[in-house]
Order: sequence, then C-alpha cells, then structure tokens
Amino acid sequence: MSKQRVMVVGGGLAGLAATMKLAELGVNVDLMSLTPVKRSHSVCAQGGINSCNDQTRLLGDTEWKHLDDTVYGGDFLQHQPPAKEMAYWGPKVIDLMDRLGVTFNRTEEGFMDRRRFGGTLYKRTAFAGATTGQQLLYALDEQVRRWEAAGKVTKYEHWDFLAPILDDQGVCKGVVAQDLVSMEIRSFPADAVIVATGGCGLIFGRSTMSMACTGSAASRCYQAGAKYGNAEFIQVHPTAVPGADKLRLMSESARGEGGRVWVPRKPQDPRSPHEIPAEERYYFLEERYPTYGNLVPRDIATREIFDICVNEGLSVEANKPCVYLDLTHISRAELDRKLGGILAIYEKFQGVDPREQPMKIFPAVHYSMGGLWANYEKSEDGGMVAGSPINQQTSLPGLYAIGECDYHYHGANRLGANSLLSCIFTGLFCAPGVANLLESQEKVAAEYPGQLFDGARSDHQSRQDELLKRPAGKENAYQLHQELGEVMTKAATVVRRNDQLSDAIDKVDELHKRSQHCSLSDTGQWTNQNVTFTKSLLDMFPLAKTLLKGAFQRDECRGAHYKPDFAMPGLEGKTSADRIKEAELWCDRFEENTKKWLKSSVATWNEAKSEADIEYEDVDTSLVPPRPRLYGLVGAEEIEQVWSQRAAAKQEAVPGKANLST
Amino acid sequence: MSNHSSTTKRKTFAVRVLRKDSPESESYWERHDVEYEPDMNIISVLQKIASKGESSSGKKIAPVAWDCNCLEEVCGACTMVVNGKTRQACSSLIDRLLEESPSEIVLSPMSKFPVVRDLVVDRKRIFHNLKKVKAWVPVDTYSDMGPGPKQSRQQQEEAYPLSECMSCGCCLEACPQYLKIEVTRKNGETDEAFEQRQKEAYDKGFIGANTISQVVLFNNNPTGQMNAKERTDAIMQEGGIQICGNAQNCVAVCPKEIPLTTSIAKAGRAATIRGLQRIFDK
Repeated sequence: MSKQRVMVVGGGLAGLAATMKLAELGVNVDLMSLTPVKRSHSVCAQGGINSCNDQTRLLGDTEWKHLDDTVYGGDFLQHQPPAKEMAYWGPKVIDLMDRLGVTFNRTEEGFMDRRRFGGTLYKRTAFAGATTGQQLLYALDEQVRRWEAAGKVTKYEHWDFLAPILDDQGVCKGVVAQDLVSMEIRSFPADAVIVATGGCGLIFGRSTMSMACTGSAASRCYQAGAKYGNAEFIQVHPTAVPGADKLRLMSESARGEGGRVWVPRKPQDPRSPHEIPAEERYYFLEERYPTYGNLVPRDIATREIFDICVNEGLSVEANKPCVYLDLTHISRAELDRKLGGILAIYEKFQGVDPREQPMKIFPAVHYSMGGLWANYEKSEDGGMVAGSPINQQTSLPGLYAIGECDYHYHGANRLGANSLLSCIFTGLFCAPGVANLLESQEKVAAEYPGQLFDGARSDHQSRQDELLKRPAGKENAYQLHQELGEVMTKAATVVRRNDQLSDAIDKVDELHKRSQHCSLSDTGQWTNQNVTFTKSLLDMFPLAKTLLKGAFQRDECRGAHYKPDFAMPGLEGKTSADRIKEAELWCDRFEENTKKWLKSSVATWNEAKSEADIEYEDVDTSLVPPRPRLYGLVGAEEIEQVWSQRAAAKQEAVPGKANLST
Repeated sequence: MSNHSSTTKRKTFAVRVLRKDSPESESYWERHDVEYEPDMNIISVLQKIASKGESSSGKKIAPVAWDCNCLEEVCGACTMVVNGKTRQACSSLIDRLLEESPSEIVLSPMSKFPVVRDLVVDRKRIFHNLKKVKAWVPVDTYSDMGPGPKQSRQQQEEAYPLSECMSCGCCLEACPQYLKIEVTRKNGETDEAFEQRQKEAYDKGFIGANTISQVVLFNNNPTGQMNAKERTDAIMQEGGIQICGNAQNCVAVCPKEIPLTTSIAKAGRAATIRGLQRIFDK
C-alpha cells in the first residue's frame, strides 16, 4: 500500500475518524477541508452521544433496544443492518473517545454521567458539558495531528472539493479541488475517495448549520453520477434561537436536563413569565404526550411548537413566533455544570440570562437525514460485514460517503445524540473496508495516464475562467441564495402541501435558470470568496430540486416529512368497542401505506432535463418489523391492541421463525 | 430584556474596514454605510456589504474577505479586531458596539498573523505549535480496549474549560510577547521547501498561552501524563514558556474565559521542576 493514497474530503467527526483509523492501518491519507478541520461544523453539536451503558443495562436496556428506538423514531425508513451495527458499536465508540481524553461529565463516583434525550426512556447520552461535539471533534483532531506529525496524513485545509475524477469504467480515481487562497485548481489521484462533508442546511438560507454546510460537495458527487437517497427528509429542530445571520441551536439536552416547554394559556399574555401562575401556563408537550413529555422525537416536538404558534395563535410574542423553553426551576450550579456552553450562547447573543428568564425559541432546519446513497454488506447476524469494501460505498465504485452526507442510519427522523454516534461509527467502520479495497487493487491511481487527471483539471479551470469572465451587473449570487432559502423554508420544512411544493418546484427552477447568469463582484485570482460562494450556490440547485420533487411525490406522513392532507388522525369513537372497530380500519390503512411508501427515494441527476429521476428502493426491515408510530396519538391504546394481535397472528403463520429480539 | 432605544431609531451606521488585496499589496481603509436592522452582528454586516457590492462612495468593490463558519462562537474561525479589541465577529453584536462607539465600527485583521486578504489571516502557526508540544493522548490503538481510566468530577471540571480552547488566536493577538512571523515564498521555491522554512521560523517564536494551556490539559490527563516530560521539554525550548512576560492580557481577551494564566503558572512550576530534574539526571 506504500504508493496508494486515500483522499478524505471533509474533516468533521466522520472524516477525522476515518482518517485516523486509515492511518493506523498503515494507509497514507490526504485530508481536504474548506476550513481548518478543527473548525468543522461538528463543533456545533451540543447535547451528547448515545449508547446503551452500564447504568441503563441495569434498567433493562440493551443495544437491541437502542436499535429499536432508532428505527421507531426514524419511522422505519432506514435499512436495519447498518442501524443495528451502529447501535452495537455505540459502547465501543464512547469508550474509545473516553480513552482519547474527551472530558465527559462524571458522576460523583467518577463514572461517566449520562442524560436522557428524545425518543427514548433510557439515559443513554454521554456528554461533555453542552459542547459535546466540540470536545469529540477536538479529540479526533488531536489524533489526526499526531498522524500528520508522523507523516501518514497530509492536510489540505482551505481547499474546495470540485468533483470526483472517474476513469473510463466509472471508477473513482481521485478528485479535482481548488486552493481557496491561491485559487489554483489541481487534480489529486486517489485510490479511494471518502466524502464526509456533512449536511446541506444552507439550501434553506438560514439554519442551525455552519456556513460550510452548503451541500455542494455531495451535490458535486451527485452531478457526477452518484445516487442520492431520501433527499426529502430534513430534520427541523424544535428549539433554536432566530438570528439575522443564523438560527442558533438550543440543544435538546436542555429538555433532557429537565427543561420545560410552555406558552401562556392567554394569547400573548403581557405579564413577565415569572408572574404567570402554573395553572395559566400551557405545558403543551407534557399534556399531549404524557409518556415522553418534553422528550418526544424532534419531528413531533417541532410540529407541536409550530402548531401552537401558527394555528393556535399562542405564540409568546405577537409579531414573532416563539415559545418558552424554561430552565429557571433548575439550580444555577447544575445548569452551569451540564449546560454551560449553550446558556453562554443564549446569553451572549440574546443579552438575557436563561438561568433567570425562560428562553424564547422556535424550530429551525437542522439536519439532513438523506444524503448520498451508500451500500452495505449484510452479515449473518443481521449487522454489517466488518472490513467489507462495499460498506458505505456510493453508487460510484471507489467513492465512499460517511457521516451526515450519507443517507443511512436515521430514516425519516434522527433521534437526538445519534448523529455524533453515526459520524464516528461510519468513519471508524468504513476504514478497514477501504484498506481492503486498496489491498485488492492491481494498479495505483497515481500511475494512471496523466490525461485523466489533466483533463479533469482543465474542465474545471475552464468553468472557473468562464465564471470570472461573465459580464458585470447580472444576477447577484447572495440575493439569489436568500430567495432560494425563502422558497425552500416556506414549502419544504415543517408542514408540506402539494400545491406549495409544486409552486416551489417552479420557483426554484426559475431561480436555477437565473443563477446561470450570476455575475461576480470579484473577478480576482486571489482568495476570491465570491467565486467560491457562487459555485456552491449553483450546486445547491440540484439538491434543492431533488428534495422538492421527493417531497412532492411522497404522498404520506413519515417522520419529518409531514403532509397534513395524508395524515392518519387519531380515533374518534366514544366507546372502546367503537375505537377498536376504527383501529381495525386504521391498521388496514397503515398496512396499505407501508406497502406503498415504506421505500427510500433514490435519485439520479438528469442534467439534460435539469431535474432528478427518482426511483424507490425497498427498506430492509428484517430485524424490527415496522409498526405504527403512536407517540401520543388519540386511540393509541386500541391501535396498539389491534396491531399486536395482527403481529402475533403473522408470527404464528411463520412457524420456526426465531424472534431476533430474544 | 436588553433595550437599545438609542440605536433602534438609526437608519444606517458607518463601518470602516482595513482592507488588503493580497499579502504583497498595501493596506487601505474603506468606508461602508450599512442599513440598520435589529439583532445584527459583524457577520451580518459583512454579508450585507458582500451582497451590496459597493462602498459608501458608490464605488463598485469586491466583497470583503473574511473567515467564519459556525457563527455561534465555538469554531474560532472569525477572530478579528473590532473597534480595537480582538474578538469573534459572530458574537460582536452591533447594538452593543454602537453603544461603545456610536460614530463608527472599525474592523481590521489580527496584527500578529500574516494577512492573506482583507480580514483573513494565516493561523497555521497555532496548529504547528500544537504539533510541537504533542497535544494529544498517545493511545496504543483505536481498537476496543474498554473505557478509559476512571476520573473524578473534580478532574473533569478542571480539564473541561481547557479543552474548550478553539484555537481562535485572541490570546496571541493580545500578547505583547507574541510577535508576527511572516515568511515570504522565494521565487521558484517548492511547497515543501517553503513549508520547512516556515516551520523553522515558527519554532523561533513564542508558543503562546493557548499552547501552554493545552500542555497542562494533556499533562493532567491520566494517560497523557505518561509522557508529560516530553511536553514540558517542548515548552522549555526556544520560544517556550520563559518568554511569557506575565502581562495577563491573554486571560482578559479569551472568549471562552479559559484560565490561561493559571495554566501558565502550572506549566511554569512543572518547567522549574523539570529543569532541576534535568540537572540531577546529568
């Protein structure tokens, strides 16, 4: 493997984990990133990282239950073998991060402390204050620096990935990229390429994501022929603080540590929140979801907050939709120890101390469950085959996708504190497979004919030159971006309607056409951020169009994708017998819908038509059979009763089929 | 609630930016009149300037170049000098700044790092120094070996603030002993040769408070302390802890309020002990 190299694009948790594991396996790695890797978006993750652990085990928790919560929370849209492998790796991942020096919070006895997160009843979440992502990222950054010092890793920071380079068989043999300082465009031969470039929140204008999260790298792979899965599934986080430049996340851990969401029962009650007595406060999540309370899965909390403000008119403020997230009943010392990081953010940016005053929050675009389609090799025990070069490989051989930019693990809705796990897990798990791929190769990429690399380089140089030569005074990239964000936020976030989606498809198409006439306000050849931004804007359109088309076609409600016209409301019957009858019909309809829509959308970019061709892929649900997602639904008891009878009948119909959960 | 009645009536405010087109070119000031909106920060001001594409005199201009990423003061990218004080652009709120200085807001790049363009500076030296002191836990393997050593709550509470350092450079900008090192590429010099010369130059300069604090973090980690000597040796070389003049500016400007001077004192004691040890080891 001495002459072979792997190119890792993106230096967040996933990219760094893959880099350090590959280096340990003896592989030479080039690591490319828009920013110094220590400044990657993973630093924004706050609340923690999940795994079954010694404390939850005592209460009956298992890795299997973590898998079950993950797929139930994700509305069964994820392939279960990768989700299973991830859940079973959870404890190992956290142990490793502990050994790498992550300053996880401790119990009084010195064990790792845990807190509860949404969509589970167990305290699975390990945390380092409220800056867990930052702490985990730094630990991996340090390890990669160690390998850099040892000469196994070469970093290319402030470089923009422009495209994968494919040989005449369509196999990925390197990347074209641009130095953001000198603007030099260069080809890098690579024997495998791993894309770990995160989500695409900037398609929505403002989100909780960092400025690097344009989705352009994934889009460039997609436009080069890689398939893109479940684009329509975007998580809108329930609790963020709106700002002019960004919507700042207020971690789910605030609720995990006892934070309560409420609004005054009297619309826009002018009293200060402290003066409003308990009986005049509407703790709507606790009232509507007695089991999970404030810790229902994110898609549900988001819809409820949206509903309270938009449909019920109970927003705390009249001209700005928001609800209270209240921590003021918790002691200062405990808040500082466990949530200091996020409280400082609120205090700095809002000028209000959240230990004294309830925070005002509203949902914001937060995470892409969808992403580049990736493969896996299923093992006999229902997980993934360790060391298989197929794991995490995109539809382009030799090109891998890991972390937020792949479409696995989270289905239709991600559970809080599962993303840090999926990022580190995919990085660590894919590395041996990539190393095995290198072992099997006969020819080194760097020895391929030079024209492959020169050709790719000069194509991108021409594109750059064409952009710089455009006449001044045409479309403005920054304004187009703002318009795109407005259209996408209105049509494709919390509530989706086909008339609005269809309208948005036309509008985005028009914006896409206009973007072809973007002219630059900077035509220089040195640190030209204007041309870099313009390119990333152009590449947002294929993803935006795919997302809208996927959402338009999916006529159902599943996880974060909510279309009220296709919702399955709760039961209305007054007597139990009536409700049982209704529940039978409800379950019939659920089964029909499952047959029709328990499928991932898999898109291929059609450049000629400038739109996505979408196919649908069956989901591997061989481990946990899909069941209705009933958090807080009226009539849940009866539906559950009918459903379990049907499930038992099916079980009996297949004699000898072992129940994998026992 | 914060109430900025004095500023809410404003229509526009002035922003002066110290620009520089490239490392070789001269710096120049440029003035912008920016439309006031509530809840603005320096990032949204720079975004507006980029979107508008002209200065206050109506001249067409290239957008100001600046670094940023997270916009919530955890990534460390957007450090610059705002109204004479080094800080993160994202958490520099316009209402607050206009209270400090109602006539104008002044933006300039950090002075202790080479300017790449406008407000973008080259902070490679920070990361080079982290390498120099081996700021990591040298584990044997990334394979599953069970959990790390048990740690008390007190140990965690001492380590956590130090591990929040985001390598933003504020402490270095404020330090009188930390001086700018700018190496210019010679004609025809290869990347490798240039980088080598850069590293040699960095090694002669002061390592700075942030690096010293990282040494304390890793030397107190139960596994990291096994090679504490190596790290302490690294901060006793040329440009090491002895350069610190105890001005205490670092701790005053740190956006994360990291107890940098406490770290320097701890590292100083360790260095003294190590110095004596070296004499007896001879």
